[in-house]
Amino acid sequence: MDLFANLALGFGVALSPFTLMLAVVGCFLGTIIGALPGLGPSNGVAILIPLTFTMGLDATSALVLMTSVYYGAMYGGRISSILLNIPGDEPALMTTLDGYPMAKAGRAGDALVLSGVASFVGAFLATVGLMLLAPMLARVAYLFGPAEYFALYLLAFCTLGGMASNNQAKAALASCIGLAIAMIGVDNNSGMPRLTYGNMHLMDGVDFLVAIVGLFAIAEVFFFIESHGKGSSIGVKLDKVRIPWKDINETKWTMLRSSGVGFIAGILPGAGASLGSFMAYMSEKALAGDKGGFGTGVPKGVAAPEAGNNAAAGGALVPMLTLGVPGSGTTAVLLALLMTLNITPGPTLFTDRPEVVWGLIASLLIANVVLLLMNVPMVKVFVKILMVPAWVLLPGVTMISFVGIYSLSGSYFDLLLMVGFGVLGYVLRKLDIPTVPVILGILLGGNMENALRRAMVLSDGDAMFLFSSPIAIGLWIFAIVGFVAPMFMRGLLKRPQAVTD
Amino acid sequence: MASDRIFGLVMLFLALAYMASATQIQTSFLADPVGPRAFPMLIGAVAAISSLVMILRPDPDPDWPAAPTFVALLVAVVVLVAYAFALKPLGFVIPTAIAAGILSYQISPRPLPAVAAGVGLSVGLYIVFKYALGLSLIGFPKGWM
Repeated sequence: MDLFANLALGFGVALSPFTLMLAVVGCFLGTIIGALPGLGPSNGVAILIPLTFTMGLDATSALVLMTSVYYGAMYGGRISSILLNIPGDEPALMTTLDGYPMAKAGRAGDALVLSGVASFVGAFLATVGLMLLAPMLARVAYLFGPAEYFALYLLAFCTLGGMASNNQAKAALASCIGLAIAMIGVDNNSGMPRLTYGNMHLMDGVDFLVAIVGLFAIAEVFFFIESHGKGSSIGVKLDKVRIPWKDINETKWTMLRSSGVGFIAGILPGAGASLGSFMAYMSEKALAGDKGGFGTGVPKGVAAPEAGNNAAAGGALVPMLTLGVPGSGTTAVLLALLMTLNITPGPTLFTDRPEVVWGLIASLLIANVVLLLMNVPMVKVFVKILMVPAWVLLPGVTMISFVGIYSLSGSYFDLLLMVGFGVLGYVLRKLDIPTVPVILGILLGGNMENALRRAMVLSDGDAMFLFSSPIAIGLWIFAIVGFVAPMFMRGLLKRPQAVTD
Repeated sequence: MASDRIFGLVMLFLALAYMASATQIQTSFLADPVGPRAFPMLIGAVAAISSLVMILRPDPDPDWPAAPTFVALLVAVVVLVAYAFALKPLGFVIPTAIAAGILSYQISPRPLPAVAAGVGLSVGLYIVFKYALGLSLIGFPKGWM
C-alpha cells in the first residue's frame, strides 16, 4: 500500500527526538493559547509565525511546531468555553451552550474530560480522512488550469462571505479590501510598481504577516481596552477530575456522527470549523429531539460540537494542502506559514515534497495523541493559567507581536502598518464586517490575478475561456450559489443564543 | 444605521480613488491581454458596489463605546505608534516597559499593578527572547553598554 509507505516516510521525519519535543512544546503552548480568552488559534499561530521564522527552524520542524499549536489551540478553546462561558475562539461558541450549564451543575471536570475525548476522536478521524482524501484530490487538482483556479479562488471568497457573515455586501467589501491590498507592490508580469504612491516601503507589497497580526492580535487589544478586561475571572469551581467512562460510552455514536459532519463542513472552502461545530451540534440536537435536553448541560451537547469542531479543523487542511485554498481563518494563517517557509501548497506538493506533506500528517497524529495524554491529567494546570489577568496578558501579546514583526524586517514602517491594521480590524469587527476575507484576499490576491491573466494569455483575451471546462462551470455555479443561498437560508440557519447568567 | 452609511461612504470614496489610481498604472512593453490595470479596476468596482449596498441597506448600529473609552483607545493607538518609532533608537527594554505599563493601565486602571506588569513583561520578555529563543534583540540605547 502506498499509504503505509507514505506514512512510514512521514513518521520517519516526525519521530526524531527534536521534532517530538517540538510537538510537545507546541501542543502545550497551543492549549494555553486556545484556552486564554481573547487568544484564539488564528491569533496564536499568527503571533508565533514570525518568531519561528527568526528562530531559524527548518521547514519540517517549523511545520510540526505550528500544526501542534494549531491543534492544541483547537483543544484549548473548550476550556474557557466550559469554565468561563467565554469561547476562546469562534468555533468553541457552540461548546458553551451545554458545557457551561454542565459546569455550573458541578460537573466541570466531567465536561472537560469528555470534550477532550470528543476532540481527540474528531481530530483523529479527520486526520485519517485527510490521509485518504488528500492524495485523491491532489490527483484531481492536476486537471486544474488557470481558468479553474480563478473560479476556485472566487468560490473560496463567495462561500466564505456567504457563510461567515450576516451581510453579503460587507463580506464582499472585506474581500475587496484584502485583494486591493494584495495588488500593492511590483507587478509580477510587467515588473512595474503598482499603487505604491511613490513609497519605497510599499514596493515589496504589504507583508501578509503584518496584516494578520494586526487584524487579529492588535485589534483584540483594543477590544479588551473597550471592555476593561471584564469577564475573565473563573466563575465555576473545578473539583476532582475523573474520567467519566459512562458519558464517553453514551456519546460514542454522537462523536462519530459529529466527526463526519464536521469533516465535510471543513472541506468546503470558506466554511471552516465554525460551521463544523454548528452543523454537528444542530444535527445532534435534531436527532435527540425535545427529550434530548440540549442546552441544559447534557454530555451529548458537549461532545457533538467539540468532535465537529476538531474534525472540521482537520478537514480544512484538505483544500488547503491540495489546492492552496484555505477553508477558515486559521487555515488561512497556516497557509501564510507555508508561504513564509517557501512551500507552495497545491497538487505538486504531494509529488515534489512528500516529506513535508506526510511529515505534517504524521505530526498531526502525534500531536493528537500528545494532546489527549496532556489534557486529561493536566487540565488543572491549564485552568490555573486561565487565571492570568487580562491586564498582563494583552500587553504581553502586543509586545510579542511587535517583536515578531520587528524581527521580520527590522523596519518601523511594518510596525506602523500593523497598528493601522489593528485599528482597521477594530472598526471592521465593530461594524460586523468579517476580517477573515481581508486576510484571504491579501494571501490569494496575487495568485488570483495571475490565474486570470494566464487564462487570458492562453485564450488570447477571450473571456469565455473562463467557462470553458465542466470543472470551471461547476465551480462558478457553486460560487454563485454559495454567495446567494445563505441570504435565503438565514432564518433557517439562525445561531442559537449563548447562555446568559 | 449611521455607522454603516458613514463607513460605506468612506469606502466608496476609497474605491473610486483606488480605481482612479489604477488607471495611472504604467504598462510595459511586455503586454498581456489583461494588463496590470484590469484586475485592480475590477476590485475597485466590486468594492464600490458593495459600499453602495451598505449605504442603501445599512444594518443597525453597533454599541459604540462612550467618550472616555474612545479617549483610552486613542491613547492606546498613540502609544503603539510611539512604541513603533522608539523601538529602534531606544532599544527594547525601556519603551516596552512604558508601553506595556500604559496598555495595562488602560485595560485595568490601577497604577501599581500596571507598573509591575510593564516592568515585569519588559524584563521577562527580554530574557525569553534574548536568551531562550536567541533572537538578536537590542536591549538598551547605544552607548549604554
